[in-house]
Amino acid sequence: MEMASSSLATAESTSAKILVRELTVRYGGTVALDHVSLDIGERRVTALIGPSGCGKSTFLRCLNRMNDHIRGVRIEGRVLIDGVSIYDPAVDPVELRRRVGMVFQKSNPFPKSIFDNVAFGPRVHGVRDRVELRGIVERSLQQAALWDEVKDRLDRSALDLSGGQQQRLCIARALAVEPDVLLMDEPASALDPIATAKIEELIHELKTQYTIVIVTHNMQQAARVSDETAYFYLGRLVEVGPTEQIFTNPGRQETEDYVTGRFG
Amino acid sequence: MRLHTDRTYELQLEKLRASVLEMGGLVEDQIAQAMRALTTRDRELARATIARDHMVNRLDVEIDDLAIKLLALHQPAARDLRLITTALKVTTDLERIGDLAEHIAERAQELTVELPIKPSIDLPRMAELARGMLHRSLDAFVREDEKLALSVCEADDTIDQLHEQLFRELVSFMADDPRTVSRAMRLLFVSKYLERVGDHATNIAEMVIFMVKGRSIRHLDRPPRDL
Repeated sequence: MEMASSSLATAESTSAKILVRELTVRYGGTVALDHVSLDIGERRVTALIGPSGCGKSTFLRCLNRMNDHIRGVRIEGRVLIDGVSIYDPAVDPVELRRRVGMVFQKSNPFPKSIFDNVAFGPRVHGVRDRVELRGIVERSLQQAALWDEVKDRLDRSALDLSGGQQQRLCIARALAVEPDVLLMDEPASALDPIATAKIEELIHELKTQYTIVIVTHNMQQAARVSDETAYFYLGRLVEVGPTEQIFTNPGRQETEDYVTGRFG
Repeated sequence: MRLHTDRTYELQLEKLRASVLEMGGLVEDQIAQAMRALTTRDRELARATIARDHMVNRLDVEIDDLAIKLLALHQPAARDLRLITTALKVTTDLERIGDLAEHIAERAQELTVELPIKPSIDLPRMAELARGMLHRSLDAFVREDEKLALSVCEADDTIDQLHEQLFRELVSFMADDPRTVSRAMRLLFVSKYLERVGDHATNIAEMVIFMVKGRSIRHLDRPPRDL
């Protein structure tokens, strides 16, 4: 793994929160990502689109080192967040994942109460004080636009919530440890249109405070929620640009074929 | 270019393109017939031309319906989105050209009851120019040829100059002999209609450039040299 000094990274860009340079990921003999370089703007929503197997989820998982434990994986290149190489041996992956939270396709609340789900992260990170925990839980649920729906039943099981509520609970759980970056892997693909609209509305609100990277198969969703869109195909980053441009007048024929529905 | 995975969508986009062309061809023909009625003083042909305008209007409504359906059901993007929005705007211009053809036919009818004041030379020439611009703008639409479209925008000046020239000529007729006023005015209207056809053809060509290049060149003082 190449090391990068933070001074170099900050010289490269001042507005990018995350800088990815020449990122290559191999699983055994398969190249999942092929020399991908991408800047991700601070407090912006960046959507990663592309057909299954294009490398977008692999890319997302590299941003908080979720790929580290996959057998036979080899990761080359650089990922810098706030100028610090996150693959530097000095970086603690647990601390990294606190700063770079993640929400998955299938909501995965713990079989615990709503309160304990949200308080889980802060407790792991050493918060013990009841009053402080209550404050964190309330703030996180508010930010995830779930507070009003659950404030009277915080001690009830998270599993009793609806699918859309469970997903917002997972977002609240990610927010409870005060991350800077939120990674979302198909956050609404299992939800009905109303729950989806709530998640999208939430993304609009969260981007005032967080840098968001979202993987989605739903191109209209990418068009609605993101500021920048990156199109991946066969492990390569084909094109990245302002979302409006990607959906009205993309620069490359491959992108054009994909966003207009002309697949293979 | 690759085809859409969704064949129905592909076919509907093709139908949209074909309908715009059909409407364009019809409108071109309307201009030609109206002008023939004018130059040959053929009252019946003028009447038939006026009666055919409803076909243009029907296509206008049909294309709008199809475009709206495509927008609602397929969430089109990129070139497809630009094709559909272009079709919506182009049909508005075509429908107006259809109305202008109808107006020319009306003036032709009125002129048949009076003696001609001069041989028709300039108006047929303007009509040929205007029709040529319209034809090329539609060609550019089908062939997605932005250079051809740009040439249409550039041709608009010639038509404007001819209109200006005819205006001066007809004014001098009227000044010399006030008995020509009503005929000269009608001819002047026709000149203005043809000048407007040129403007609409230019609008269509500008939309074609947007469709192909994703770039708007409308409302510039001069057409750009390059795209």
